[in-house]
Amino acid sequence: METVTLTIKEQPPLFLEAEVFNPDALASKSAAEIAALPLPMGKTTPVVGDYFTVTGKGGATAAETKVVVNGDLTKVKYIGAHMSAGEVVINGNTDMYVGAWMTGGKITAKGTIGHFAATAMKGGEIIVEGDAGNYLAAAYRGDWRGMQGGRIHVKGNVGSDTGTFMMGGEIVIDGNADVHVMTHADGGKTVIKGNAKSRLGGQMVRGEIYLFGSVDVMMPGFNYVGDVELEVEGVKAKFAEYIGDTGERHPKSKGKLIYGKLYKKK
Amino acid sequence: MAEYLIKNGFVFDPVQGINGDKKDIAIKDGKIVESVGASAKVIDAAGKTVMAGGVDIHAHVAGPKVNVGRNFRPEDKKQAIYEPGRGVRRMSGGFSVPTVFKTGYEYANMGYTTVMEAAMPPFYARHVHEEIRDTPIIDQGAYPVFGNNWFVLEYLKNGEAENTAAYISWLLRMTKGFAIKCVNPGGTEAWGWGLNCTSIHDPVPYFDITPAEIVKGLIEANEYLKLPHSMHVHSNNLGNPGNYETTLETLKLAEGISAKNDFGREQVLHHTHIQFHSYGGTTWGDFESRADKIADYVNSQKNITCDIGFVTLDETTTMTADGPFEHHLCELNHLKWANTDVELETGSGVVPYVYSPDIYVCGLQWAIGLEIALLAKDSMRFHMTTDHPNAGPFTRYPRVMKWLMSAKARDEMFAGMKNEDKVRDRTGLSTMDRELSLYEIAMMTRAGTAKALGLSHMYGSLTPGLCGDVAVYDYNPETASDPEAIEKAFGKAAFLFKQGELIINDGEIVSNGNKRTLWVNVKTNENPQVERDIALKFNKFYTVNQNNYEVAAHHYVPNPYVFEIDATV
Amino acid sequence: MANIVSDVICTFCGTLCDDLEIELSDDGKKIKEVYHACAIGAEKFLHSQAEDRITRPRMMQEDGTTKEVSYEEAAKYTAKILCDAKKPLMYGWSSTSCEAQSVGHEIAEAVGGMVDNTATVCHGSSLIAVQDVGIPSCTLGEAMNRADRVVFWGCNPAHAHPRHMSRYSVYPRGFFTGKGAKSRKVIVIDPRKTDTASLADAHLQLDQGRDYELLSALRVAFRGEKLPDFVAGIPKDQIYEAADLLKSGRFVIIYFGMGVTQSLGKNHNIDIAIAVTRDLNDYTKAAIMPMRGHYNVTGSGEVLGWQFGFPYCVDLSRGIARYNPGETSSNDLLVRDEVDAAFILGSDPGAHFPISSVKKIAQLPSVAIDPHLTPTTAVCKLHVPVAFVGVEVGGCCYRMDNVPIESRKVVDPPEGMLTDQEFLTMVLAEVRKCKGV
Repeated sequence: METVTLTIKEQPPLFLEAEVFNPDALASKSAAEIAALPLPMGKTTPVVGDYFTVTGKGGATAAETKVVVNGDLTKVKYIGAHMSAGEVVINGNTDMYVGAWMTGGKITAKGTIGHFAATAMKGGEIIVEGDAGNYLAAAYRGDWRGMQGGRIHVKGNVGSDTGTFMMGGEIVIDGNADVHVMTHADGGKTVIKGNAKSRLGGQMVRGEIYLFGSVDVMMPGFNYVGDVELEVEGVKAKFAEYIGDTGERHPKSKGKLIYGKLYKKK
Repeated sequence: MAEYLIKNGFVFDPVQGINGDKKDIAIKDGKIVESVGASAKVIDAAGKTVMAGGVDIHAHVAGPKVNVGRNFRPEDKKQAIYEPGRGVRRMSGGFSVPTVFKTGYEYANMGYTTVMEAAMPPFYARHVHEEIRDTPIIDQGAYPVFGNNWFVLEYLKNGEAENTAAYISWLLRMTKGFAIKCVNPGGTEAWGWGLNCTSIHDPVPYFDITPAEIVKGLIEANEYLKLPHSMHVHSNNLGNPGNYETTLETLKLAEGISAKNDFGREQVLHHTHIQFHSYGGTTWGDFESRADKIADYVNSQKNITCDIGFVTLDETTTMTADGPFEHHLCELNHLKWANTDVELETGSGVVPYVYSPDIYVCGLQWAIGLEIALLAKDSMRFHMTTDHPNAGPFTRYPRVMKWLMSAKARDEMFAGMKNEDKVRDRTGLSTMDRELSLYEIAMMTRAGTAKALGLSHMYGSLTPGLCGDVAVYDYNPETASDPEAIEKAFGKAAFLFKQGELIINDGEIVSNGNKRTLWVNVKTNENPQVERDIALKFNKFYTVNQNNYEVAAHHYVPNPYVFEIDATV
Repeated sequence: MANIVSDVICTFCGTLCDDLEIELSDDGKKIKEVYHACAIGAEKFLHSQAEDRITRPRMMQEDGTTKEVSYEEAAKYTAKILCDAKKPLMYGWSSTSCEAQSVGHEIAEAVGGMVDNTATVCHGSSLIAVQDVGIPSCTLGEAMNRADRVVFWGCNPAHAHPRHMSRYSVYPRGFFTGKGAKSRKVIVIDPRKTDTASLADAHLQLDQGRDYELLSALRVAFRGEKLPDFVAGIPKDQIYEAADLLKSGRFVIIYFGMGVTQSLGKNHNIDIAIAVTRDLNDYTKAAIMPMRGHYNVTGSGEVLGWQFGFPYCVDLSRGIARYNPGETSSNDLLVRDEVDAAFILGSDPGAHFPISSVKKIAQLPSVAIDPHLTPTTAVCKLHVPVAFVGVEVGGCCYRMDNVPIESRKVVDPPEGMLTDQEFLTMVLAEVRKCKGV
């Protein structure tokens, strides 16, 4: 495993699009080559070296490459986007599109991450020590294919629109979630250990939501069907089971309708 | 204007009977000429194929439902690389529903120079023309839809042929339209109430006229008006297993009718995307090809032409004035559905669709289109389309060419299907080894389409006197062996001329040309009855005033080419 | 004999009435009276005649006063700020013609601009919803001729689209609705007791911010599933009744506005309203239509669509078109300091954007192209007055149901005043000079 370390040395006037800050783009490259890569800002194209010091080098392949990004990265977008393997560590708060379209590998964000993280994620793992923004693991605008695989763990809170159009994979949120969780989902699993506000599982076809805390307003189309004993993310407890969204279409298997499931810890 | 001499290319021109001979093509003053002087610029076409510019008889490229397709599918832009502008080019993007700039450039890249917008809702005609005006390079025309129009339904119900013709000529002028298009006759009006007409004898709610009467009436009106193109129909029951019977019944309505026009057109009925209408079986379970029955019938009827609507097995966007069909489709695939019913006139629906080679129905649809084309006895009457974007994007025409010209390429497609055996079992394509030649392809893509459109005096051939629309492809018919070379060469013209102007030079677009909009201005006898009927309907039932309806030529049709026809008696 | 111009299109709101009659002075130079328009539309035409109209561009000075400059200087300044900026915002577009919008797009492409229109604070949520679930819709005349169930959800046409009910939705005697208002049942869903609600046959006065839940409950009711006793403050019996009232209609039309596009959930509210409409098509015929505000916001979306592939929030900064409201939307760009110049045309963000965004506009190199003095022109460095589209220059506009209507020129603009299209053409030429092409 080779490591590339990028440390921000100067804050940009606008925002930097760091589509090259991932193992796939930096594999097989030397520090000098990396420093010469484009780092677009609006219509201008500064290079990585204009805003970051670069040490280390890429591994032979993405899987053998670790990318460490240091500093205040709140004006840097796309860290870890499109990656298929390897590792990314973000030592600072950062902006949008963290891990968007990723298919493998692991991202660890030590601070907070911005909106649209993990868009259409297909595989891999993301750990966020701080909060995530809105549209975590949502589909791209207009696409009915959202997150399909992989695992996300946010230790802080998340914003709104988590898991929109989710199809697979799992999201674990230690903190609270804002409105609209797994809207339009057709698979996948989201665990909220904190509290939720409203619109959990709206228009959900299939999938599972596990809520440990409170919810302000339940969707009218979720029906209580009984209690179950479950172990979720290491916690054994009794959960009230709801099926829904009964206002939405549902596929049949062996003649029976398959609903989305919402489990609320008692 | 510059003179050009395209030297030493392998020329394919079915109109002149030139089948791959080495010939020089001369261009002067915007036209093909016999010869040019020594100062002419020479284009070296040695080892290359030369044809007249392509003519597309049916594609959805301009108008409200196309734009719905663009705006409601941001994800479509991610299916292809979005290209920045360069030189004379604007930026261009979109895969199944390209922007207008991409539409112009990609047709040019395929060596096409004329494209007909397949369906124009008259109430929205201004929108269609705004998009046509913004589409670079290609000459275009648009077909207003008539098959669900309240005036047409009432006049035909009353048996008032002359009034029908008068109204049609008025509407063609108002909308700057080119031909009579008829989509799901009667069914889209029924859809105004959530109903449909799936057989040609189902009466339309309230108007109480059948699709058969509508089709027949429109065919007769078309010949009364002596239009360049024939009545252009998308028959009822599209996409349903067993629908080949509805198709044959519709086609039979043309029997015994002969073409009347001064444009060399011989057919009285053009059936569009006939692949979607050639299905046997009764359910998706016993779904099978009936390409044989359809091809047999069209082969035997000289007064019918068709375009295929080849399925390309892509993720694409369906869009049609067959509103009820689109609703049916969204119930099948559960994807987003946009619908617009248009007062007094028509409707439309748009739904994304993924044609997967692993789904046997899709595999069969792919095969059926090819089967029909390979059963054709006269490729002048079976045209290349993908009903863009319904069966696939028009950018796949070179790929379809490859399949038509190479049995090996078809076998590779079969082999990539999860249910290969089941698909092979249900289509005659499985055992067909016919491979079309470039001569036949030229018929399907320019000579035949130009003739069917009544435009053979302008396009579709390299006969001196015709428009200087010439395409040169990097394809050597004498030495080419790999079918992939077909797809590659015919998707990237080496040179393209439009009206004698160099548009593509060495594979690069160097000019946006001077595109024209083709429309038909038919003169009929004065008809106070129809004038009154129009005024009344605008007064009471339309929500736009009559004086605001017409598409003003001055800037929506900046470069018109008008066909003046005298249909007075 | 009065000098009357008829079939005039009113260029104020998305209703785009095209039956106005304007009475001119005998010499055709002045508008004397406006017939058939609502009060707002009439004022649109009449106020264009104001004696104290600004007729030349004005540049803000250091001391806060303004100084008149020529259109040529204005074009040069505009081109310069657009070319110098790394990421300029080009916002508005909703109160001008498609022809002008098109020239603006050429400029934006040349300068790598962010092109956004007023949908960004209005029906942008609807556009997002349509991208997720589509939209079963129709033209206004189709609803006029067929609809027997008319729903106004989160909108108040009595105030915002004053002639909508008399021209299209409630009162006309259509082809299949010969009894006029008596052919129709009108249902209003709104937390407020609005003037529109006072005309309705039924008013569901739901809890504010709970439209998503109520719409979901309707879908549950359609399927005959069970409901909690109350949803959004509405008793379940009323919800089942409303569901039956809709299902029993032969054509349901739902009109909706800011009450749902800009309240909690935004696009999700529209998304589920569209789902309700789609579900209704399993039982009867149903359509849904957004009540677009500006007279040509729809047109801006259409032109952006056919030229770039997206209806608003279009990011051209990297030479290709990209789209993601939340990132590429004007307010997010301004508040996050992601743009460094502001070009505003045919809209008034100074009045309609949150003050946090307006403060940013005030700090940036900026130009506002608008016939009026507005809160926007007050904070921009350069104000360029232009002719009123639909009054002093014609041009294509798109109605709320996407129908294109060509607006007319009725009188000349003030002497020497340019139109949007003319000024933008000058700017484009200057931009090309800046870029050396």
